[in-house]
Amino acid sequence: METKLPNPVRPAFTKSERDDTVIVNIGPSHPATHGTVQIIAELDGERVLRTDVHCGYLHRGFEKECESHTWHNLIPYVDRLNYVSALVNDFAYCEAVEKLMAIEITPRCRYLRTLLSEYSRIVDHLTCIAAGLMELGAMTAFLYLVMIRDYMYEHLADLTGARVTYTYGRIGGLARDLPAGWLKRLGEILDQYEDFVGRVHGLVDRNRIFIDRMRNVGAITTAEAIDWGYTGPILRSTGAPRDLRKDTPYLAYAELDFEVPVGIKGDNYDRYYVRMREMDESVWMIRQLIDMLPEGPINVDDRRCVLPDKNLVYTEIESLINHFKVIMDGPKVPAGDVYSAHESPNGELGFYLVSTGEGTPWKVHVRAPSFVHMGGVHRMLDGYQLADIVPTFGSVNMIGGECDR
Amino acid sequence: MTADFVARLQEGLRPLAAEATLAHGVAVFVIAPGALVDVVKKLKSEYGFDLFLDVTAVDWQPQIPRFEVVWHFYSTLQHVRVRLKARVSEGDPTVDSLVAHYGSARYMERECHDMYGIEFRGNPDLRPILLYEGFVGHPLRKDYAKDREQPLVPYIR
Repeated sequence: METKLPNPVRPAFTKSERDDTVIVNIGPSHPATHGTVQIIAELDGERVLRTDVHCGYLHRGFEKECESHTWHNLIPYVDRLNYVSALVNDFAYCEAVEKLMAIEITPRCRYLRTLLSEYSRIVDHLTCIAAGLMELGAMTAFLYLVMIRDYMYEHLADLTGARVTYTYGRIGGLARDLPAGWLKRLGEILDQYEDFVGRVHGLVDRNRIFIDRMRNVGAITTAEAIDWGYTGPILRSTGAPRDLRKDTPYLAYAELDFEVPVGIKGDNYDRYYVRMREMDESVWMIRQLIDMLPEGPINVDDRRCVLPDKNLVYTEIESLINHFKVIMDGPKVPAGDVYSAHESPNGELGFYLVSTGEGTPWKVHVRAPSFVHMGGVHRMLDGYQLADIVPTFGSVNMIGGECDR
Repeated sequence: MTADFVARLQEGLRPLAAEATLAHGVAVFVIAPGALVDVVKKLKSEYGFDLFLDVTAVDWQPQIPRFEVVWHFYSTLQHVRVRLKARVSEGDPTVDSLVAHYGSARYMERECHDMYGIEFRGNPDLRPILLYEGFVGHPLRKDYAKDREQPLVPYIR
């Protein structure tokens, strides 16, 4: 039986103004769009004249759901925003809550969160570059990069118990400390990373086909990028050294030595190269952090949010009640609102939280870089070839989980 | 954030912004909805707040006026954030749009319109963005039940 289903979107344009152009629909489920995004484009031959970008196909009511769970119970949801670098989401969210509760995390936790944020950045950039290269047909480079990524996923699974969505952050600390030998394996993986990323540089950087597809494609200027709200590697690829890790240092970034790589033209090639260079800087930061990592507790000693030791829960009534109250009622977060932002691999990831003093939030809002980037992506698509949509969209690295929430 | 920059900002915005506080490193200004465009023009041209970060709303039902619209701005040179807040009523949840000043306002105002039903006067394109055409109501309002379903494609039972 065939039934006509209503169209979920109303395109900005349905008729072309000229008689020699055609309007096509791309997506929402298309092999060339990683993530469910729909692009309605007007084409003059192979050239894209204008585009209307729609997202929301992965909308699952994240912010609504947050309003009926305790502050702790949302951490698994937060993981699923940018599921490629879930740890950055965890830490950005936890830091926002900690600001409201006036908690200062322990030194070991601070350095560990920094180390894991940078580790996640490498994973995220590896994924973005690998997928972008694969879409251009560079299968070898793809396999080199995702092989390293998989070592990292397995390595993070040793620490957190999961490969992708870790739920590792806790308000006031972390889920658990490093297992024995974890840092040694980290050093081995970073050495392998350097070997394989070096090979990718050799395969790709001066490759004629790659340069022809990437150079001067999807270019954007700094002024335009700022006007459209771009942050992260896309803004830096235009030549602006804007990085929250340097500009408003958080965690342990003020103590680290690192550079902010920038591009020249703001095109696809620059976005590729900025990400490659950022990964090298992240490796350098992780090596510094391994040496700096102090001993000590990972959780603050604060009974409002941190669970008491299991031995105490089973042996004394006060700790049992404490455990019960934190789990059932949630941590009581003082009333107020806070905006806290981290430099996620895609740009500024901000959490705007409103508390009324209860164990559940009144409001959780995410300033997701992918969503903002989708608002201006037509600036990078219009005027280029239809086939350029694939590498340009890949270099923007839209993540459906955080875009659509 | 430098204290004297915030003081300068508070001085400069005084006639327009009623209340100014510094909360968790963000300068917060409570404004009347009508003053928005004047404040934003000043922020952008005189104080260098060139990056429009975010707009969202908070539903304070049963308080009157019910909605609080919240904007965030960032200065890429000063590395300072500013939050503006304005209260609007349920009967007329209208504020001015910032699309003339920031391109990024276009998408974010669409989302806020989807979720809270805030009308952005001057935004020509308030089509649904995260929701779909024909969706009834505004899901982030407190009186929208979490388990209310509106499937566009009927369920097969």
